[in-house]
Amino acid sequence: MSRNDRMSGNEAVATAIRQINPDVIAAFPITPSTEIPQYISSFKANGLIDTEFVAVESEHSAMSACIGASAAGARAMTATSSAGMALMYELLYVAASDRLPIVMAAVNRALSGPININADHSDSMGARDSGWIQIYSENAQEAYDNMLMAHRIAEHPDVMLPVMVCQDGFITSHAVENIVIEDDGPVRGFIGSYSPEKYLLNPAESLGVGPYSVSVYYMEIKRQQFEAMNSARAVIAGVSEDFAAMTGRDYGMIEKYRMEGAELAVIVMGSAAGTGKAAVDRLRGSGVKAGLVKLRVFRPFPDAEIAEAMGGVRALGIMDRCDGFSACGGPLGAEARGALYGRAEGIKTVNYVYGLGGRDMRVEDFEALFAELARVRDGAESLRCRYHGVRE
Amino acid sequence: MAYNTYSLKEAASRPERFVAGHRLCAGCGAPVAVRAVLRALRPEDRAVVCSATSCLEVSTCTYPYTSWNDSFIHTAFENAAATASGVEAAYAALKRKGRIPGEWKFIAFGGDGGTYDIGFQSLSGAMERGTDMVYVCYDNEAYMNTGIQRSSSTPMFADTTTSATGPKSDGKPQFKKDLTKIMAAHGIPYVAQSAFVGNFKDIHQKSETAIYTKGPAFMNILAPCPRGWRYETAALMEICKAAVDSCIWPLFEVIDGEWVLNYEPKKKLPVADYLRMQGRFRHLFEKGGERLVEQLQDGVDRRWEELKSLCER
Repeated sequence: MSRNDRMSGNEAVATAIRQINPDVIAAFPITPSTEIPQYISSFKANGLIDTEFVAVESEHSAMSACIGASAAGARAMTATSSAGMALMYELLYVAASDRLPIVMAAVNRALSGPININADHSDSMGARDSGWIQIYSENAQEAYDNMLMAHRIAEHPDVMLPVMVCQDGFITSHAVENIVIEDDGPVRGFIGSYSPEKYLLNPAESLGVGPYSVSVYYMEIKRQQFEAMNSARAVIAGVSEDFAAMTGRDYGMIEKYRMEGAELAVIVMGSAAGTGKAAVDRLRGSGVKAGLVKLRVFRPFPDAEIAEAMGGVRALGIMDRCDGFSACGGPLGAEARGALYGRAEGIKTVNYVYGLGGRDMRVEDFEALFAELARVRDGAESLRCRYHGVRE
Repeated sequence: MAYNTYSLKEAASRPERFVAGHRLCAGCGAPVAVRAVLRALRPEDRAVVCSATSCLEVSTCTYPYTSWNDSFIHTAFENAAATASGVEAAYAALKRKGRIPGEWKFIAFGGDGGTYDIGFQSLSGAMERGTDMVYVCYDNEAYMNTGIQRSSSTPMFADTTTSATGPKSDGKPQFKKDLTKIMAAHGIPYVAQSAFVGNFKDIHQKSETAIYTKGPAFMNILAPCPRGWRYETAALMEICKAAVDSCIWPLFEVIDGEWVLNYEPKKKLPVADYLRMQGRFRHLFEKGGERLVEQLQDGVDRRWEELKSLCER
């Protein structure tokens, strides 16, 4: 059973965490994710969860405590944004290499400087190579649904990797939307209990976590992380299938929106996908063959799925809500082009950097991009990468 | 404190929890501190040990080997206390759910770099939160693992690779940070300063009190480093004795806010006698060094009197 409700993305994620009732949460306040630990404190004060809530003195300690708790055998979670995630970076790598299925509610916010509290993806994109699975949510419903699936993915024996469930700061985290909330019982049945094979508090067997690994061992450990990340593809698909059976809401690695016969398309992540879909609807209404591909999962990267989705696309806009300062585009631009190379060549691509620090990306902006993509399709010269929606 | 039951023979006959085969140097204080602390665990109790990145960590848990019979976790340099607090939170949660049998204790080790400096925030946070754990600093007064760089624990005028001595430098210009006092200011149930002296009664009993006091406890243990301090490996115990007898490293504890002096030498050794044993202070005994030794002696005297007055209150 489920019920219709209305809530913000932060409340939706907090509701998922209440239903998960993890053993340990360690978190530190940072806008715009602060509401999540606030909800948790309130749930605990009201007896709705029996989680150990460790109100740490920094995000660095939040991730350190999550690693300690997870290694000890507990289900551990945290929430953060922006500079908070940046302060965790060192430990994000440790969590992944220690193969600890920690789950993080990441509420995307720009990194300083200049200091800015609004949405972009520079925080989690900076952590893209840390070994975490990254799932991006378009809206509060997806943030909730992805959170309910996160532990099943993270704790799968073929995976055992940490997962961050991302949503856009303020746009998703604070806007109140209609949402379907599942009942606690089925959710708990879906998630199940966590019984790790190896853990510090095992009275039958001591465990050493985080040893010093010299050159003759380090690379094998990284190779196993690669294997786990690769295995996550099938596990994400399987968990999403089970979730669809429970809720009727079906998610893939990517979502193809009106890609049938599309000649012009954009690849987009997060809340802008919803805006882009509205633009596609308008353009389709006036006969433009426009479509959209939304990346739900960025790690592991859905390279084959992206290439397969291209079909008859002739001009593609790749949308980065983050600049990698490579001086030739953002991270999604580089990786999506890599995915197409040798699989779907001949597509003209433009990499757009947009929406930094919460800059609006409106339906009209998407329409302007599609108009430019149409000119590119028809032979117009174009920059391989450019900023959109900026005064220059 | 019931301090009369100690027997070195009994303590030394307990099963070793930290075993041979590690790669720490001969004459290093770190493994001596670890064994002394772990001997205070009741044999029937379990422990999870956490270590900051340090000589101790890289030399004792080198994949695929370990010297730790108890469960052990290392994550990074600056977060041993936070990591241990996560383990302790997991224990609290799982114990409440009936999933963990027996008594478990949580002990974190860090060097002075990982404790006084880069790990200070994490330590302060874990102590303030009331984590039921013991944090042990093995204080060798510099960043030894990276090659003897100065820390805020390095004593004034010590020669290190980042407080080099020369015609324009007398070594580290600043005083050593008084971390034990800072930890006492946290108002936690138990804080102690110890060293390897005599039959190890002091360190054993303090470790026992720290481990079996509910709530956070902090121990600062002087743990000389033969490479950084430049002494012959066999001199470890003599140096510790001189540190205590010169009152540069007094033995004391703070129990629920009450300061207790554990040892007062009958005759206070001049600090020069302690300094002369170590190559890192050699320049103090060259021409013009007298005034520097005097300055150090003044600092030791002042802090010793301060400590005595705290303990007499």
